[in-house]
Amino acid sequence: MKVLNKEVLTENQGVRVVKLIILAPDIARKAKAGQFVVLMVKEEGERIPLTIVNTDIVKGTITIIAQEAGFTTKLLARAAEGESLYSIVGPLGHPTEIKKYGKVILVGGGVGIAEIYPVAKAMKQAGNFVTAIIGSRSKELLILERELKEACDELIVMTDDGSYGRKGFVTEALKELLEKSKQDLVYAVGPIPMMKAVSMVTKPFGVHTLVSLNALMVDGTGMCGCCRVSVGGKVKFSCVDGPEFEASEVDWQELQKRNSVYNEKEKHICQLKKL
Amino acid sequence: MKKQPVSVKEQDSAIRAKSFEEVVLGFSEENALEEASRCIQCKEPKCISGCPVGINIKGFIKKITEKDYDGAYFTIREKNNFPSICGRVCPAEYQCRRVCVFTKKGEPFASKEAINIHFLERFVGDHGAKKSLQVKADNDAKLSKMKVAVVGSGPAGLCCAGELARRGIKVVIFEGLHKTGGVLRYGIPPFRLPRNILDSEINSLKKLGVEINTNYIVGKAKTIDELFKEGYSAIFLGLGAGIPSFMGIPGENLCNIYSANEFLTRVNLMSAEKFPEYHTPVTIGKHIVVIGGGNTAMDAARVAIRLQNMNGIKPDTTIVYRRTEVEMPARRLEIEHAKEEGVKFDLLVKPEEFVGDEKGFVKKMRASRCKLGEPDASGRRRPEVIPNSSFEVDCDEAVVAIGLGANKILTSVTPELTTDKYGDVTVNPETMATSIKGVFAGGDIVGGEGTVIEAMGMAKRASVAIVDYLLKL
Repeated sequence: MKVLNKEVLTENQGVRVVKLIILAPDIARKAKAGQFVVLMVKEEGERIPLTIVNTDIVKGTITIIAQEAGFTTKLLARAAEGESLYSIVGPLGHPTEIKKYGKVILVGGGVGIAEIYPVAKAMKQAGNFVTAIIGSRSKELLILERELKEACDELIVMTDDGSYGRKGFVTEALKELLEKSKQDLVYAVGPIPMMKAVSMVTKPFGVHTLVSLNALMVDGTGMCGCCRVSVGGKVKFSCVDGPEFEASEVDWQELQKRNSVYNEKEKHICQLKKL
Repeated sequence: MKKQPVSVKEQDSAIRAKSFEEVVLGFSEENALEEASRCIQCKEPKCISGCPVGINIKGFIKKITEKDYDGAYFTIREKNNFPSICGRVCPAEYQCRRVCVFTKKGEPFASKEAINIHFLERFVGDHGAKKSLQVKADNDAKLSKMKVAVVGSGPAGLCCAGELARRGIKVVIFEGLHKTGGVLRYGIPPFRLPRNILDSEINSLKKLGVEINTNYIVGKAKTIDELFKEGYSAIFLGLGAGIPSFMGIPGENLCNIYSANEFLTRVNLMSAEKFPEYHTPVTIGKHIVVIGGGNTAMDAARVAIRLQNMNGIKPDTTIVYRRTEVEMPARRLEIEHAKEEGVKFDLLVKPEEFVGDEKGFVKKMRASRCKLGEPDASGRRRPEVIPNSSFEVDCDEAVVAIGLGANKILTSVTPELTTDKYGDVTVNPETMATSIKGVFAGGDIVGGEGTVIEAMGMAKRASVAIVDYLLKL
């Protein structure tokens, strides 16, 4: 649980995206693309889920990437090298189904770019033609561009303000690709509005589209039901039934609302603790 | 003329409804002596057969009357490693006390006159803990070379680990959460089971040489096969029940509708009542509705009303249940305590819909009144909705406490482990052996939702079979 290495990937208006390499040999040995950990920074902390971005079985480490959003991610971003996290458990959730689909498009928005990276590597290894479309608000918020360039056959970069790559949203590039040629799988991770937009774009093309959901969790092992989502009209638990679901079946509105339930308390604790 | 039962001291309800301090204060020595003297020491005591772990109740009560409290403690510990826990959470009125000679025939649970066995057990357990009385592990040449893995540190896992450790076997417990105790910690609130008591009972296992690994999910970080390869000779699965059930009515996913597991876990395990000192939030509504009639519902309601009181909110917490109080599976004591603390009961009510605002937060509950019809499969009279009796109540927070399904986190990755249609692990009821050689199971993962002591009963049976199995290796 010791933080061996910490790197600030981006910083914009005081909001940082950090990469942490953590010693967790048992998790490293087992983790597959698409799985996550649940961690606590301190004993009095809360449990939050974070995707496993990379593993090193030899060194017994896992890599996580987190953006400062709530109180716990801010605490995590302040963790020093050599410090131990209070707890970390995993690997949790179903791994991504990796096989030869043919042509695969991975869409990553903001810190979601980190989460498509392990999937990109695994999909490439399985013999797929992999295109990644990554997007952020502006150039300085873009992460893992070099790594994804290496891992994929093709990389398209979009920024909202046009400060780098093409100006516009990831969905524009996605639509063009789908119009140009038949794709076998679309896999998207990012903010809820982005994932929802991706599912709207792919639906008319009838292409199998997976999203990895970021529902709030407590235990992460199917015990509490905090992370329940409606998928295809049925209640599913993101932690044990997911975290990946067919995009067109997700009730996005409900997820967005459920994820906002503690916004006020989050503001309160951040102000109080001056983070 | 039979003496009256000794009543137990309790924290005043007005005071206790504002804190998480223990409610029942337990027997003084004088109380214990007086209550123990009421026991008529039946020639053929039924109470022992009513105890899932077979504590020699007659024997330990006799020892109390002789003021040999150490002796009483060791008498209990022969069969049960956790007297301070069981003395607090055992539904004794359905078990040993129900078959006590002083219980009137045909009663669904113990009469008031039945000996207060659980309070006596608690008195003895706490005496042993205060004096740090220790039982010794055997030193069996063969068994002490054996290693057994126990999955889960709830009542079943702890009990099995304790039994095996006492035979001199090396036991390693794997727990998925960051703290031990399972439902004893995340489910049962501190006002029923103080954390220092739980910790001291778990420490007494560590003193027997039991090793505990937290943050470790067997099935994810390690498979059953890998445990065997690492030299474990047998494995006990005490996974507990997992998935909380929901009613499946419209609006159940609105914000601030919790499963009892989530609501209780946020408070009991994550200390959300101390937010923001602790970082896990929990909603504290103005009109809280708890749905269900079991111990979990009582616990949730009693936690809810405390949160309201402690945060200057006018207490308004209501338990809604489809049947009447008689059919409630909860311990009578918890029902009484909930009422004393100000929890309201709205019985013969079936929730039908939650209504939310535009932001997705629950604001109202719609429900119908019921009457009791013919008995259903569970033997309890079936609630039937009275037509056109629908009504609406204010509800800005709801806690659903209607039961649990099986946790599939391990069974789903272990295809050779046979499960039934509910997802529970199937076992040989005599030995608790599963479909995999050397793997045994007990507690809620086998029986569906049950009590702490039932889980311990199963774990005990399993431990006997595990020892047999090891000796034959």
